[in-house]
Amino acid sequence: MSAAPSLAPAPVPVPAVGDEVIAARKLGLVFGTNDGSVHALKDVDLTIRRGEFVSFIGPSGCGKTTLLRVIADLEQPTAGSITVNGMTPGDARRARAYGYVFQAAALYPWRSIARNVALPLEIMGVPKAERARRIAANLDLVGLSGFEKKFPWQLSGGMQQRASIARALSFDPDLLLMDEPFGALDEIVRDHLNAELLKLWATTRKTVVFVTHSIPEAVFLSTRIVVMSPRPGRITEIIDCDLGAERPLEIRETPRFLEIAHRVREGLRAGHGYE
Amino acid sequence: MTLSAPIAEPGAGIGYRARPSLRSRIAGGRAGPVLVVLVAVLVLWYAGAVLLNWPTESARLARGNPEVSPAEILTATLSAQRPVLPAPHQIAVEIWNTTVKVSPTAPRSLVYHAGVTLGPTLLGFALGTLLGVALAVGIIHSRTLDKSLMPWVITSQTIPILAIAPMVIVVLNSVGISGLVPKAIISTYLSFFPVTVGMVKGLRSPDAMHLDLMRTYNASGRQTLAKLRAPASLPFLFASMKVAVAAALVGAIVGELPTGAQAGLGARLLAGSYYGQTIQIWSALVAASAMAGVLVWLVGLAETTARRRAGARA
Repeated sequence: MSAAPSLAPAPVPVPAVGDEVIAARKLGLVFGTNDGSVHALKDVDLTIRRGEFVSFIGPSGCGKTTLLRVIADLEQPTAGSITVNGMTPGDARRARAYGYVFQAAALYPWRSIARNVALPLEIMGVPKAERARRIAANLDLVGLSGFEKKFPWQLSGGMQQRASIARALSFDPDLLLMDEPFGALDEIVRDHLNAELLKLWATTRKTVVFVTHSIPEAVFLSTRIVVMSPRPGRITEIIDCDLGAERPLEIRETPRFLEIAHRVREGLRAGHGYE
Repeated sequence: MTLSAPIAEPGAGIGYRARPSLRSRIAGGRAGPVLVVLVAVLVLWYAGAVLLNWPTESARLARGNPEVSPAEILTATLSAQRPVLPAPHQIAVEIWNTTVKVSPTAPRSLVYHAGVTLGPTLLGFALGTLLGVALAVGIIHSRTLDKSLMPWVITSQTIPILAIAPMVIVVLNSVGISGLVPKAIISTYLSFFPVTVGMVKGLRSPDAMHLDLMRTYNASGRQTLAKLRAPASLPFLFASMKVAVAAALVGAIVGELPTGAQAGLGARLLAGSYYGQTIQIWSALVAASAMAGVLVWLVGLAETTARRRAGARA
């Protein structure tokens, strides 16, 4: 692998080689449906370390969202083992180990933006003064200061999704699970939010697991890209994405970026996803 | 009169706007359609009164004077003492005489009777709403309750209320409870059902993503109920409360029928039918529907307030 000279020396911004945050071994999940069983995940082996930004990419039906939901204890695996922070996903969920960002913003329409961000804090019993402090800090982090009193319908789709990210960050989990968070947004907004997310990742140093079906998005954001393919859902390739910490939007026209994108595309093709 | 710009020049008439005509104001407003329907109902009603009262009135007048003219019969059909169908203005006069012209505490006063019925209606509506919400909360949290309770809830409404009402009144009377409470219980019986059905649907209305979100926070069932299911069910609650309040009124009126109660709209209906006082029956009916209208409107008002507080679009 030859790197483009201008970008070669930048190290992948993983803070030391961290502990294992997620470790899956021979993980499998079979959904029983009326017309037979569906192999959503098969023999998934994956380790994600602290501070990484890992993307799952693949065509629809490849199990990328299912894998994220297994990590979040929203689906139960039927084979193999998985740990999150060294615990079962269930224990990790009960320990509030992760913040989850869904495909849609999923804000509660009857709550103002501030109170939406406050929702997890209320549930976790955070005192009121501390709640107010964290609401302000996290809305500031996603650039939504001044929108505290607005209701979700008064915000654009991109702003709603930023509010939902603030909500996921409000209780300061070390792990952020994001399921195609920008999939429903137009490309201009998506570019903007991708850049914001990178900045946010750089300042918070959280571990991020990010599901997407966009190759440029995956390459732009990730330190590693997990390529998956369907029937049965499995990992076909894991690609290192060593573009360094500084990633302006223009990086997407550099040879190194295009080379990684090409490798991802090849990986997807090898998985017969699009044929 | 001089205009700032001559009529035919560019810019003429700017700033001048024709006042909307009365017709367009009525047709464009919300009152228009209602008025049209009201007029249609009145026309049909008068036609019905003439047709239905014609045989009895023409026979009555013919007894004294065989040469009676159709015009006389027509007048008589609209002013009979005990018409088959009273004309609207007769009902209006009766209502006027029994509300404005008598003291609200007099036994002839429709206000007094409406008040007697209103008490059990409101108590029954409150109890029915509470019971309905409680049952719905139980049903959505327990598969056992869902399977065991729901069929009974539905069965309860297949029994005619007219069959149950006397039993409730008689049984409670025999243990010394009479007056407001037995009627309120019949109201409760009728009004819990729409609330239960509506709230089961409402509490189950949050979509999977909103529920998953609660799960990622490891929220308890109670927290999910308070912070997600309950607020999501509010539109369902108010819709079913509107049905329930009208049903509660029916329950209170029915509760006044079997025992020959002395007071209340139900008693007025019953007394009217004993003595063939159709005008009295109709005025009690109008009073009951007006009361139902006001009660439903009040629930709607509460809904608007609640929606505003929940940040709904204007």
